[in-house]
Amino acid sequence: MNTKVISLVSIGAHPGSGRTRRAEQDARAVELGLQLAGQHLQVVHAGDPREEALRAYLGMGLDHLDVLEQPAGADVLGVLGDYLRDAGAQLVLTGSQAETGEGSGMLPFLLAERLGWPLIVGLAEVESIENGTAQVLQALPRGQRRRLKVRLPLLATVDNAAPKPRQSAFGPARRGVLAARNVMVTQDELLTGAELQPARPRPKRLKVIKAKSGADRMKAATAKASGGGGKVLKEVSPQEGAEAILKLLVEEGVIR
Amino acid sequence: MSDIVRRDPRAEWIARNRLHPLHAAMQTQQSNWMGPGGVIRKNVHAVGFIGPNGIKRIDRSGAQHGTTTVSRRSATTEVQLPLHQVADPAFYIAVVPDMVGGRLGSHDRDLLGLARSLAGSEGAVLAIVFGEHKESNFAAAGVDRLLLIDGDEYRGYAPEQLIQGLRAVDHQFAPRHWLLPDSRTGGGEVGRRLGAALGERPATRVWQVKDNQCIGRAGAGQQDLHRDLPRLILASAECAEPVSETRHEALPVELSVPVARSLPRIDDLGPVAVDPAAIAMAESEFIVSGGNGVKDWDLFHRATVALGATEGASRVAVDDGFMPRHRQVGATGTWVTARVYMAVGISGAIQHLQGIGACDKVVAVNMDPGCDMIKRADLSVIGDSTAILQALIEAVENYRKGAQREAA
Ligand SMILES: Cc1cc2nc3c(=O)[nH]c(=O)nc-3n(C[C@H](O)[C@H](O)[C@H](O)COP(=O)(O)OP(=O)(O)OC[C@H]3O[C@@H](n4cnc5c(N)ncnc54)[C@H](O)[C@@H]3O)c2cc1C
Repeated sequence: MNTKVISLVSIGAHPGSGRTRRAEQDARAVELGLQLAGQHLQVVHAGDPREEALRAYLGMGLDHLDVLEQPAGADVLGVLGDYLRDAGAQLVLTGSQAETGEGSGMLPFLLAERLGWPLIVGLAEVESIENGTAQVLQALPRGQRRRLKVRLPLLATVDNAAPKPRQSAFGPARRGVLAARNVMVTQDELLTGAELQPARPRPKRLKVIKAKSGADRMKAATAKASGGGGKVLKEVSPQEGAEAILKLLVEEGVIR
Repeated sequence: MSDIVRRDPRAEWIARNRLHPLHAAMQTQQSNWMGPGGVIRKNVHAVGFIGPNGIKRIDRSGAQHGTTTVSRRSATTEVQLPLHQVADPAFYIAVVPDMVGGRLGSHDRDLLGLARSLAGSEGAVLAIVFGEHKESNFAAAGVDRLLLIDGDEYRGYAPEQLIQGLRAVDHQFAPRHWLLPDSRTGGGEVGRRLGAALGERPATRVWQVKDNQCIGRAGAGQQDLHRDLPRLILASAECAEPVSETRHEALPVELSVPVARSLPRIDDLGPVAVDPAAIAMAESEFIVSGGNGVKDWDLFHRATVALGATEGASRVAVDDGFMPRHRQVGATGTWVTARVYMAVGISGAIQHLQGIGACDKVVAVNMDPGCDMIKRADLSVIGDSTAILQALIEAVENYRKGAQREAA
């Protein structure tokens, strides 16, 4: 396949220790890219080229990784957009949300808007690429899949439905090259008006029973399964019963 | 108790006839009346009623039943919540609910609650719903204005067309805030697309809004981001309490100009058949569970395949070796979130019902019309599971054939 595939990666943080690592979803984007383009996959990070965690991506079997040098807290939208356009990318893969910083998941959307490319969220599988269109499977909640046909060039985010990333091997991780590039820097003004704090545990929602009297509250608190309301079909033939069930299933849209 | 008032002419006649020996017994006993001196008198013996086991009960909830014929009707009347009206909204708070399965979900309701609190008394909550829906109670959820956008171009997956629609709404109503659920079921994606299209930087995963400040989760959830309230808010579930104390108008509004059609760059080729057995049970949308009342397990498996449902089981079915352990639904098994849950031959022990607490629609097939599963179910069919499963397989096959013929 001679489609140019580029995966965008960021630095992740371990959920327990907070140590830097390869980001889970970005690693999946790299894995998907490797499956599609093999050695021709191009991987890009915008940030600090001296970050050791980037080597974990190299360890997945890459020779080199382009790093657009940016200080922390910079807006990387412009440089990434320019890079992708210049590189002539056809398919760009990203994770759906960063593990550090704001993690708003806006980057792919803003990039797509800036480049004027279509965007797909939750890419699970690329089935075929031909004549400038890609046929892909999109992951939906509840394990469902949807088939889409999209014009290239295309931006796609992957989430946990994409293939599991391969392990990072130590040798290739050492040998790989982090190729730094000097690019322009735009400061992001968000963090001047906002502050990051350690997450506070969210209060659990209490079940509030609004009742005028003690007797009503007692009733609400001790009530068993919500009785009534349901339709009960008694003394019907199995066929009639089955029809009624089928009608409900079709109405709910679970029968396809 | 039915609402029909049944008159007893004989009792009425006795009550009028002071000479009748039963006259005294037929008088409605007043427990409270104004005495001649303007003092309230009480007859403490007339308070309460005789319960089913012959003991006098006093119910102070005001919904006393028994003794008097007057209270009999008022007890069942439903309380009407006060109607909140916004005649001439000063501004709009736009909400785009997810409408999973065509209805407002709990996440949507939380969001509408948040919108309500942002709208105050002057603003109006504008809900924007695409395509067809099955929701009948927008008014109770706190929707002041309802905008339905329907059309062929919104069918299936058409995110770019949705954004065109929302752009038109933005143009016409210029809402002060846009609120969308930050969910996997659509809101998260549409909200981010809208943010990119309008050039608004959204606050994402917001879980608290207070005094024009909001707090949202950042990164991988280890940090919180405190910031000023932006125009576009993507809020997580339980961001606010749903509306429960007022009724709203849910007046329909319309777009004044037709929505421009976007050039579709993404073609929806439709859903792909997924092996239901491969879907994790906790995630599955449609589960058919079997219990002790399933006599023919082979038939049960054939039925789930025909329906395209994920299989579940009660503990008894698992203990007896008919189903693997990881298929057990309930307190000691998996807590499922299916939209439709069908329980075949399951009595509805509390340990099982706990596991299906989050399910939307429950269908029960059982021999025993008095069992607890029937009380939980939205539709119950009383009968033998074997016969009903067989009929169900036939019905589904007929339905599929019919659908094919229509398509052909
Ligand atoms: C600590 C503890 C934890 C537990 N955890 C769980 C749990 O996680 N999950 C769980 O499921 N259970 C759990 N249980 C067990 C639970 O209490 C019940 O025993 C169990 O759920 C009952 O399963 P059942 O409804 O299949 O069987 P039964 O209670 O025997 O019910 C069978 C039903 O099938 C009907 N029936 C019979 N024949 C037919 C027929 N031919 N056609 C149609 N209907 C028929 C009957 O009317 C009856 O309603 C737990 C129990 C304990 C003590």
